[in-house]
Amino acid sequence: MSTPFYVSPQQAMADRAEYARKGIARGRSLVVLQYADGIVFVGENPSRALHKFSEIYDRIGFAAAGKYNEYENLRIGGVRYADLRGYTYDRDDVTARGLANVYAQTLGTIFSSAGEKPYEVELVVAEVGESPDGDQIYRLPHDGSIVDEHGSVAVGGSSEQISSYLDQRHREGMTLAEALKLAVQALSRDTNGGEREIPAERLEVAVLDRTRPQQRKFKRIVGGQLSRLLDAEAGGSGPASGSGGPEESGDSGDSGDSGKKDAGGDGSEGDA
Amino acid sequence: MEANTRDTGRLPAAFLTPGSSSFMDFLSGHAPDMLPGKRSVPPLQGAVEAPHGTTIVGVTFPGGVVLAGDRRATMGNMIAQRDIEKVFPADEYSAVGIAGTAGLAVEMVKLFQLELEHFEKVEGAQLSLEGKANRLSTMIRSNLAMAMQGLAVVPLFAGYDVDRGKGRIFSYDVTGGRSEETGFSSTGSGSVFARSAMKKLYRDDLTEEQATTLVVQALYDAADDDSATGGPDVARKIYPIVTVITEDGFRRLTDDESSGIARSIIEHRLERPDGPRAALL
Repeated sequence: MSTPFYVSPQQAMADRAEYARKGIARGRSLVVLQYADGIVFVGENPSRALHKFSEIYDRIGFAAAGKYNEYENLRIGGVRYADLRGYTYDRDDVTARGLANVYAQTLGTIFSSAGEKPYEVELVVAEVGESPDGDQIYRLPHDGSIVDEHGSVAVGGSSEQISSYLDQRHREGMTLAEALKLAVQALSRDTNGGEREIPAERLEVAVLDRTRPQQRKFKRIVGGQLSRLLDAEAGGSGPASGSGGPEESGDSGDSGDSGKKDAGGDGSEGDA
Repeated sequence: MEANTRDTGRLPAAFLTPGSSSFMDFLSGHAPDMLPGKRSVPPLQGAVEAPHGTTIVGVTFPGGVVLAGDRRATMGNMIAQRDIEKVFPADEYSAVGIAGTAGLAVEMVKLFQLELEHFEKVEGAQLSLEGKANRLSTMIRSNLAMAMQGLAVVPLFAGYDVDRGKGRIFSYDVTGGRSEETGFSSTGSGSVFARSAMKKLYRDDLTEEQATTLVVQALYDAADDDSATGGPDVARKIYPIVTVITEDGFRRLTDDESSGIARSIIEHRLERPDGPRAALL
């Protein structure tokens, strides 16, 4: 009878963590930022159909980097969890904290069970509050830990570098256009310090907008509205007082969209 | 029924099983006891006493559809509630009005709303209007055992068909049978009177404003002849719920708007208690 090789638990866990980290690093980064009226999700995504961001519930959004099939699975699980909870109790009883806990338990159990391949995903669960103080952003790495983030967070490939860039420049009360500009700047920075251009068609942008009159605050920003916001940013970057301009254009887009549902983004696109 | 109380606290397997975009399918696998249709009712002698909602009317007009309901719920010959709400948004482009057992109907609407929202979130696209109407059909059919005990729910479903660019109305029977109505339809105890009124007043070139007036006229006529349908209650400021669905989505008329319509109708009925006169030929 042959004895199996001894692998120390530390080594086994380190191997699994490295495996997951490498998988996540292959994906493109994405950032989640607070702005004055809510939370904005920005990422580079060449696909129009396979989303990185999505709505979980009224005030809760989801963002993920890593392997698509794995985070899609978790996303649907989260939607089911939230809908079941809201159906059982009340819509107000669905919270980002509860959801983040369930995700953390799920990721943690999968990560530490020897029989399963660790998930190569890093999630962000965000909830928009009535005021900026009530906003919550949770980052969930592959191993089942939860990090309570404030202001800005980046996940995916070069997240550390992007995070530190954001930490230095992000401030409270930014307008949507300012936050979007900062996010795009952060994402355009290459791993080796260079900068590259990310065209608007390759950007996926969504917001949890607390000023939306509907119960469901999640909204994708696409097409005309997105390019208007990006243009406003280019013009508004010179004069600091230009912040009123971009905000206005963002708001007018929102209010024009207020009667629409954000189904796959085409509703808002047609309106923009 | 908590989702995350199983041993490790991780999401149970049912939550992570890919496949269905339907919340009802998920529920029937994971928590079947929460589905309304899965309950059994012991055989009973006679009818069950529970509040019943009454009349719902719907009218299409070029560019949309109007769905409205009175505010009364009855239990036998008593008025159970004066200000019940029986017309609900199903999603941004559709609404459902319910007649029948109020408790079951409200639960059915809640599940129906969630079913549509769940699909939209999982798939990233809305169901077609036909798809929504069929889903409601299935839900009514699952309530058949209850309906046989006298606890029927008979909704009227109206929506704006984004693909065809027009408003549509679907009516149902207790067995879940579905039929699309052209022009106008009604359901509930006062539906016969409401339908007759609409038959005389309906034209296919109504404006949105005329269509909202027409439904309130029809509800007034239903309340006139059916004891279970409530008319506008001026003293208590309880007016019919009127909703409009157009390209811009669902909108419920404010209390001011619906009271304005109701008051002007009452004003005219002081002159002619039977309402507007239709041409003889």
